[in-house]
Amino acid sequence: MLHAADSKDRINDFVIKLANVNGTGSASANTLLMKSIFRMGVPVMGKNYFPSNIQGLPTWYEIRVTRDGHVARSGRVDIMVAMNAETYARDLKDVSPGGYFIYDSTWPRPALLKRDDITILGVPLARMCNETFQGVRARILLKNIMYAGLLGALLDIDLDVMRTMLGESYANKKALLDSNVRALEIGYAYAREHFTCPLPLHVAPMNATAGHIMIDGNTAAALGCLYAGATVGAWYPITPSTSLMDAFKSFCQKWRTDPQSGARNFVIVQCEDELAAIGAVIGASWNGARAFTPTSGPGISLMNEFIGLAYYSEVPAVIFDIQRVGPSTGMPTRTQQCDLLLAAYASHGDTRHVLLFPNSPEECFYMAAQAFDLAERLQTPVFVMSDLDIGMNDWMCPTLQWDDAYRPDRGKVLSREQIEELEKFHRYRDLDGDGIPYRTLPGVHPKGAYFTRGSGHNQYGAYTEDSAEYQIVLDRLQRKFDTARALVPPAVFAGTGTQDIGIVSLGSCDGAIREATDLLARRGIEVDYMRVRAFPFGPEVEEFLAAHSVSFVVEQNRDAQLRSLLTLETAVDKAKLRSILHYSGLPLASSIVVEGVLAGVGRQPQRLAVTG
Amino acid sequence: MSFIAKPRVAHPSLPRNELGLTRRDYEGSMSTLCAGCGHDSVTAAITEAAWEMSMRPEQLVKLSGIGCSSKTTAYFVSGGHGFNSVHGRMPSIATGAIAANRDLYYIGVSGDGDTLSIGFGQFAHAIRRNLNMLYIIENNGVYGLTKGQFSASADVGSKAKRGEENRQPPIDPVLTALTLGGSFVARSFSGDKEQLVPLIIAGLKHRGFALIDVLSPCVTFNDHEGSTKSYAYVRDHYDAVVNADFVAPAQEITASYAAGETMSVALHDGSNILLRKLDPSYDPTDRTKAYNYLRTRMSHGEYVTGLIHIDESSPDFHEVNATTATPINQLSYEQLSPGSEGLRKILARYR
Repeated sequence: MLHAADSKDRINDFVIKLANVNGTGSASANTLLMKSIFRMGVPVMGKNYFPSNIQGLPTWYEIRVTRDGHVARSGRVDIMVAMNAETYARDLKDVSPGGYFIYDSTWPRPALLKRDDITILGVPLARMCNETFQGVRARILLKNIMYAGLLGALLDIDLDVMRTMLGESYANKKALLDSNVRALEIGYAYAREHFTCPLPLHVAPMNATAGHIMIDGNTAAALGCLYAGATVGAWYPITPSTSLMDAFKSFCQKWRTDPQSGARNFVIVQCEDELAAIGAVIGASWNGARAFTPTSGPGISLMNEFIGLAYYSEVPAVIFDIQRVGPSTGMPTRTQQCDLLLAAYASHGDTRHVLLFPNSPEECFYMAAQAFDLAERLQTPVFVMSDLDIGMNDWMCPTLQWDDAYRPDRGKVLSREQIEELEKFHRYRDLDGDGIPYRTLPGVHPKGAYFTRGSGHNQYGAYTEDSAEYQIVLDRLQRKFDTARALVPPAVFAGTGTQDIGIVSLGSCDGAIREATDLLARRGIEVDYMRVRAFPFGPEVEEFLAAHSVSFVVEQNRDAQLRSLLTLETAVDKAKLRSILHYSGLPLASSIVVEGVLAGVGRQPQRLAVTG
Repeated sequence: MSFIAKPRVAHPSLPRNELGLTRRDYEGSMSTLCAGCGHDSVTAAITEAAWEMSMRPEQLVKLSGIGCSSKTTAYFVSGGHGFNSVHGRMPSIATGAIAANRDLYYIGVSGDGDTLSIGFGQFAHAIRRNLNMLYIIENNGVYGLTKGQFSASADVGSKAKRGEENRQPPIDPVLTALTLGGSFVARSFSGDKEQLVPLIIAGLKHRGFALIDVLSPCVTFNDHEGSTKSYAYVRDHYDAVVNADFVAPAQEITASYAAGETMSVALHDGSNILLRKLDPSYDPTDRTKAYNYLRTRMSHGEYVTGLIHIDESSPDFHEVNATTATPINQLSYEQLSPGSEGLRKILARYR
C-alpha cells in the first residue's frame, strides 16, 4: 500500500470527496470545509470536477488534507460525502478500503449501499432540513452547510473557525448568517450524538499554512495583468478562461477607477468572437498599450491567422490559454495540456512562439507579469499556457509578493526625441545583433511612421516580393527566437542531478511528480526531475536530456506533445524519451506517475490506488 | 496612378494650410492600382481632406484589411502609421488601437468583399461599439485582386465581365449601418470629389463611427455594360439628397442658402457640419425616415448619396466605457499598479 493504513498515521493525511448535484449551492459548503482546515494551519488541496451544465448534472469536489503539503491528487478517497443519489453506485466504488461513505438516509438505501471493507454512515440530512427550515431553495442550500457541520464534528474541525468563515461570507446578511450557522450546528450536533467523534482520520491543528493563501490561477493571472500595467483586455467568454477576465474586471473596478469621476484607467472589450479579441489585442499593443486576451484551445484555433500576423509584423500580444480537454469542443470543464503544439507553431507559414508554463497560481501571477515584458521586449505573441486545473481550482500558495521597484520593460520603442535624431527610421533592421528591431508608436512623430503589414516586407518596412529581401527578415525572426531562449524562465530541477533516470514535465503535472519522486525514492528508485518552464528551450534542457539515459516525459495529453516538442527542438535521441501520458481530463495524480515509472523500469506495475 | 515616382519637393507656389504644409505633404507612396481605378480618387479625396483639416500627419492612423481597397492606406499621408491587417478584420485592430489612444484620428479603408463578406461580423460590431473612426468602403461590387468574382454588394441582375448574372440579393452597407445604430451614415461616389471631401472631414470630426460607402468602380473587372457598379451606370443613377459642408469653429457660415435648404449639426469639438438638403423634405437626423427613403429610392434603382443619417448624441465607445481622458497608452505605471501595499490588501480575502 502506498499509504499506511494505520489510522494514527492518517491524521491530516486523507481525502474527502463530495458528490453533489450541480447548481445546488454545494460550492460554498465545500469551500467552507476546505478553508476551515486551511485556517487550522493544515495544508489542503481542492479540486472541483464539474459538468458543462448550469443545473442538474453530477459534480464532485475533492479535498485532500495533506500535512506534507502535497498539491496533487493522491488517487485515494477516504471519505465520500454522497449527496447525489444518481451517482451512489459509482461513488461507493470509489471509496478506498477502510474508508467512509456518508449519505442522506432520509431515503435509506440498504440494498444498494453494501461494502464490507468500508463504513457506511447514514444521516437524515433532508429530513432535518425540512424540519428546521422553510422554503425549497433554502432547504436545498442549507443541506450543504449541514453536511459541512457534520464533517466538522467527524473530522474535529474547529467549529469556531467555521462560524467565523460563515460570518465573513454573510457579513451584511444577518438572516442568512443565522440560518447557515444553525444548519452548521445541527449537522455538528447530530454527528456528536450518533457517531464516535472524531473519526480515526481527522484534522489536528498545525502551523503549516502561515504565509500562504488559497487562490485560483485565473485570479492570480488577472492580478499579474493588473500589476504588469495591462490596460486593454479583449476577450470572448469561454470556459475555463472566463474567470480570468471577470477577476481582472473586478480588480480594475476597484483599483483603476477614479472614485469621484468614475473615469477608468482600463478598457475591457467583450468581443464578438475570439478572432476579434486577438485583433483588438494586436491593435492595442501596436498602439502602445499593454493588452491581453484569455482564452482556451478553441479560441486559439480561431486566432491562428492573427497570431501569424503578430509574429510576422512583430506586434506584442499576451495570450492566456487556459487549456481544457480537446479535440473540438471536447470536455470544456475538464483539464488537459493538449494545446502545446497548437500554440508553439500557431498559424500558417514558418511561425514559432514563446510559451510559458506556470505550475501553479503563484507562477500564473509572476509569469503573467513576465509575459508582458517578454512580449514587448521581443515584439511577438507570448502564450501563458495554464490549464483548467490551475486556473479554476483553489491552490494553496505562498502569499504573492510584489517588488515596488518593478517597472515594465517596454522594449525597443523609440521616443519622439530619438526619432527626431534619426535620419530615417527603418522598422525591421537588426541594429543590435539580437534579432530585435526598433519600433515606433502612432501619433509620436511623422518620421517614425511606417506601414505595418502581414505581406512580404523588407528590413526597411517596405513591401517586397524579392526573395533575398524577404529572407533577410525571415532569418532575423529566427535569430530573435534564439534571443528569446535566454530571456524566458529557465527549467527548474530537483534531485541530485547524478541519476540515470530523468523525469521531464511541465505545468500542473508538477505537484504530482514531486510527490511521486518521494514515493519512488522510498522504493529505491532515485530520479532527477526537470520541469520546463518555457519554450523555446534553453541549453539547460538539452543538457539534462543528454545526461540521462532515459527520461520519462509526463504530460496530460494523448499525443505526447511535450515529447514531440523536445524531439523537434533539441538534439535528444528520441528513443531515450518515454511517455507517461494522462488524458482522462482529471488532474494528474501522483499514483499515475509512480505506476508509470515503475512499469517503465520493469518493476511490477503495482496497483497503488484508484486512479482517475 | 503612375509608375513614375514623383519627386518629394514642393513648388514654392503650392498653397499651404495652417501648419504650413502643402498637399504634397499628405501624399503617400505610389499607387499600384489599375489606371482609372475609383479607389485612387478616394485616396486623393482623403489627402485633400487631411490637408484642408490641417491635421498633423502623425495624428492619422490608417487601418485596413486585405484587397485592392485595403492597399490604398499606403497611398496617402505617409506621415501617419498604417496597419494593413488581415482580411475582414480591420475593425478589431481599430477597436484595440482606439482603446489604446483616444486622441488620434482613425481612418479605416475597406472594400465590399472585406466588409460585407469575410468581415461582415466585425463591421457590424464596430458599428455597435460606435468606435470613433471613419470607415470608408470602396465599393465596386467585385473581387478585383482575385480577378472578377461577384462580391456580396453585387446587385441582382448585374452582369459579370463574362456575362454571368448575379442572382443573390446584395448586402447594402448603408441600410445595414442604419439598422445597427450607425451614428454617421453616408454614401458617395469616387467620381464626385466635391461631395466626398466634406463628407470625409465631417466623418473624421464626428465623435463615433462614421461610415462612408463610396461607389468606386473597378475599371478592370466591373466597368462594362450590364454592370450596376460601372462609372456610366453610377453616374446615371446617383442622386444626392444631403451634401455636407464642414464648418470649423472659427469660421462663419457665409454662403447664402434658401431657407429650408440647410441645416447645421453641432459636432462635439465645437465645429459644425452644414447640411445642404437637395430634397427639402429630407431629415437626416431621423433614422427611420432615412431608412424608408433609401428603401423607396433603391426600389427605383437609384443610389441615394450624401450624408444620409447623423446622430451626434449617440455615446461612443469611450463614453460607454467611461475611459479616462488621457490616452491609456500614456498613463504612467504608478497610475496603474496598486503596489505591494495594495497587494497585501487584495490578498487578505484569500487567507
